[in-house]
Amino acid sequence: MKKLILIIFYLLLFNSKSIALVEVDITRGNLNPLPIAVSPLYVEPGSKDIKLGNETIKNVGEEISKVIEKNFRRSGLFNPLKKESFVQKPDIAHAKPRFEDWKLIKAQALVTGKVIITENKLRAEFRLWDVIAAKEMVALAFSTTPDNWRRVAHIISDKIYQRLTGETGYFDTRIIYVSETGPKTQRYKKLAIMDQDGANVKYLTLGNELVLTPRFSPKNQLVTYLSYFRNLPRVYLLDIETGVQEVVGDFPGMTFSPRFSPDGKKIIMSFAKDGNSEIYTMNLETRMVEKITEHTSIDTSPSYSPDGKLICFNSDRSGLQQIYVMRSDGSNVKRITFGKGLYGTPVWSPRGDLIAFTKVHKGKFYIGVMRPDGSGERLLTENFYQEAPSWAPNGRVLIFYRETKSDSEGKGFSAKLWSIDLTGYNERLIDTETDGSDPSWSSLLSK
Amino acid sequence: MNYSKNIKNLTLVILASFVLSACASTTKQAGKMQSDVYTGSDTVKFLATGVKDRVFFATNKSTLTTASRDTLRKQAAYMRKKKDLKFVIEGHADERGTREYNIAIGERRANAVKDYLMTYGISGSRLSVISYGKERPVNSGSNPLAWSQNRRSVTIKAN
Repeated sequence: MKKLILIIFYLLLFNSKSIALVEVDITRGNLNPLPIAVSPLYVEPGSKDIKLGNETIKNVGEEISKVIEKNFRRSGLFNPLKKESFVQKPDIAHAKPRFEDWKLIKAQALVTGKVIITENKLRAEFRLWDVIAAKEMVALAFSTTPDNWRRVAHIISDKIYQRLTGETGYFDTRIIYVSETGPKTQRYKKLAIMDQDGANVKYLTLGNELVLTPRFSPKNQLVTYLSYFRNLPRVYLLDIETGVQEVVGDFPGMTFSPRFSPDGKKIIMSFAKDGNSEIYTMNLETRMVEKITEHTSIDTSPSYSPDGKLICFNSDRSGLQQIYVMRSDGSNVKRITFGKGLYGTPVWSPRGDLIAFTKVHKGKFYIGVMRPDGSGERLLTENFYQEAPSWAPNGRVLIFYRETKSDSEGKGFSAKLWSIDLTGYNERLIDTETDGSDPSWSSLLSK
Repeated sequence: MNYSKNIKNLTLVILASFVLSACASTTKQAGKMQSDVYTGSDTVKFLATGVKDRVFFATNKSTLTTASRDTLRKQAAYMRKKKDLKFVIEGHADERGTREYNIAIGERRANAVKDYLMTYGISGSRLSVISYGKERPVNSGSNPLAWSQNRRSVTIKAN
């Protein structure tokens, strides 16, 4: 990943405290997405085409607007209007929209912008307009390298999302996941990384060994995962910028189910020995290893609270798989799930208010959320098989994977990535070139 | 009282019909599953003549059944004869659990087998253990019989 130097400056320092009429409520399922017009960004004369490998992008202003529209549509909160109905030209609209024209097509918000591309630089600016109140809501400009044009679209999407919902966005993010091919009895699995919208897929391993459960560091350039390299299942650390990999710790046996601590300094994982899996941490700076749980049952799938003070995990110490919460030193273990069925894969929301989980009950798999004390359980989606939720950095959306039934020849089998809003609405398939599983959402790339 | 008697009778009728239907389904599977442990031999291979390579488990369990212990005693006898051989014990789970828990339960199953073999005099240094969780099913089917064949531990010659 190339380093992105982002220069953000306010074009017009808009008084953000003034009251805007346009607002999006994201706390409920949104059945009335906000009609928004995303005008193509005006490409200033003299701009060069963008060449990326074999691909040439002629009108990057138009492409940026399409990426923004796709982000908005998939969020379920916005309804991007058809461009054919736009009356005003992009350059004129960007200078000063004729609000009556945009009102006529029922737009409540309007996005305009312009972009100029010189040899090694792409400069983009955009404005968000409140069509009803006939005023500007936000205006920003960015400079970056031309190959980063998609990130410009995502950053613009995030700024608009934030302005209209009051919440941080999640579009300038990436997903790491396991790409799957081959028959069900002998799947080939590779680590893959892509932008949150499915673009820019890159494969990070060759598929020679089984790899599972990749998870991002909150600092993004590091990933921890399970690899069966040389038939020794161990937790690994991979730097996605340099490609350097290393085994985490020197454990005399299988380590698995890794995750980073919120400060990125530790990896928490399970170590299995003699039929018993316990939770350990390893400090990546000091290499100090600490045993956290002490029980004869299986303890696995640990996840820290965002303040690092608590850990949720699943254990079958009660006989069957249930979710527990303890202090980060392993003390004060409390079971939090008492509903019918099995509970696994707890993941603490980056906001701290909820834990997402997989529930198995009467042959069905559910993705749900509950408060950290186990109260307020809410099941978001039910299916034949689905598991492993991962939070978007703003804690509003979950990504997970779903597998379909198959016959004894494996016919009918697929594994796909899906996302769903915390509201339980807006379930979306995430298109991937191959089958996919074990998704993990990065934090925002630009903060 | 009459009312509760009626309910009792009703429960009996329902129970009876359950038993009947249960019988019907077990005969259909021709003795291939007992409770939900696989008892057939469709997927079984052999380490040597008469020495089965694998044992099967109930859902979420790592307990060895009587049949499993019988198989493992034969494996141990074979291992005692072939002193130069080392073995890998693979633990597997079915697809009906979360991935990480399945990895853990596969490890627990493989170790249940290792422990049993060790009680029959096989040195732990000849036995290594690996769990594949739900990653390497033998039967791709999404049905109880396939799942029972996949909940297994397989003993493999390592050299």
